[in-house]
Amino acid sequence: MWRVGTVVAIRDETMTARTIALEVPDWPGHVAGQHVDVRLTASDGYSAVRSYSIASAPSSDGRVELTVERLPNGEVSPYLTQELALGDHLELRGPIGGWFVWRTQQTEPIQLIAGGSGIVPLMAMIRWRAAAAGSAPFRLLYSVREPEAVFYRGELQALSDRSNSVSITYAYTRATPKDWPRPPGRIDATLIATGTWPSNLGPTSYVCGPTSFVENATDLLIVAGHGRESIRTERFGATGERK
Amino acid sequence: MSAPMNYLDGNAAAGELSRIFAMDVTTAEGQCAHCGAIKRFAEAHLYMQAPGVVARCAVCEHVLLRLVSARRHMFLDACGMTYLRLDI
Repeated sequence: MWRVGTVVAIRDETMTARTIALEVPDWPGHVAGQHVDVRLTASDGYSAVRSYSIASAPSSDGRVELTVERLPNGEVSPYLTQELALGDHLELRGPIGGWFVWRTQQTEPIQLIAGGSGIVPLMAMIRWRAAAAGSAPFRLLYSVREPEAVFYRGELQALSDRSNSVSITYAYTRATPKDWPRPPGRIDATLIATGTWPSNLGPTSYVCGPTSFVENATDLLIVAGHGRESIRTERFGATGERK
Repeated sequence: MSAPMNYLDGNAAAGELSRIFAMDVTTAEGQCAHCGAIKRFAEAHLYMQAPGVVARCAVCEHVLLRLVSARRHMFLDACGMTYLRLDI
């Protein structure tokens, strides 16, 4: 079932990504971690459907926020990030998926691992924990190309400064801030050892990003002693754009 | 040099499958007809490059499900699963 949402706010997150806030009549509400399908239809009837994670925490006001990264050869993301304007309408299907979700009833430690725009559904979990005053211990390992590519930087900083909040480790793959202790590179066993919950605490891990990133992070978690059943994954594919 | 990894999770098919199933399929448990592994559908490897959707077993890569939409029809082939257990 497709619903029509109206764009009520647009925010740039980085040079290539923006958050689109939609008001959706009869929105049934969502759970942190879920996604929606977005359908664009051209005047000749050709339509394209893509999945985008919901970035906002669950709420009852019929408002949903998506953060979309522009991909150079994307079919849908350039329109969403460059042409879509306030007051425009978008067709949505969802919320979708009951597996890659975090609910406040879960009290075990939560390990979030994001690669690039894979931060989006994890941000919904972080925001939901903050909004619901949840007490589950959260850690975020956020792998990103360079400092300028970090989504939600100010909000993450503010959240991590609060007591009893989310502990954040950044891992830069191409360029680091000045005097950063670790050279640029992919997530490795050392980072998993220092930046994530140890397996003996029984955490549930949520890993989201491009397919190769998710494979690498999942393999490292398993080597570090985590059971495969404690790891939930959401892959964006090789290109980063989910069909 | 290995081929680029281009599969997604069963989760990514949930929107299309919601046209058929009234319940969320991603949390459903399915058994692979080939190797017998029992996994959540969300854990399947999903290929969307084909003119449709192909879900493969995360353990043995055997085809679990195929879904093709063609004009006025949808074709669903789930014979790669011996069963699918949905939460009600």
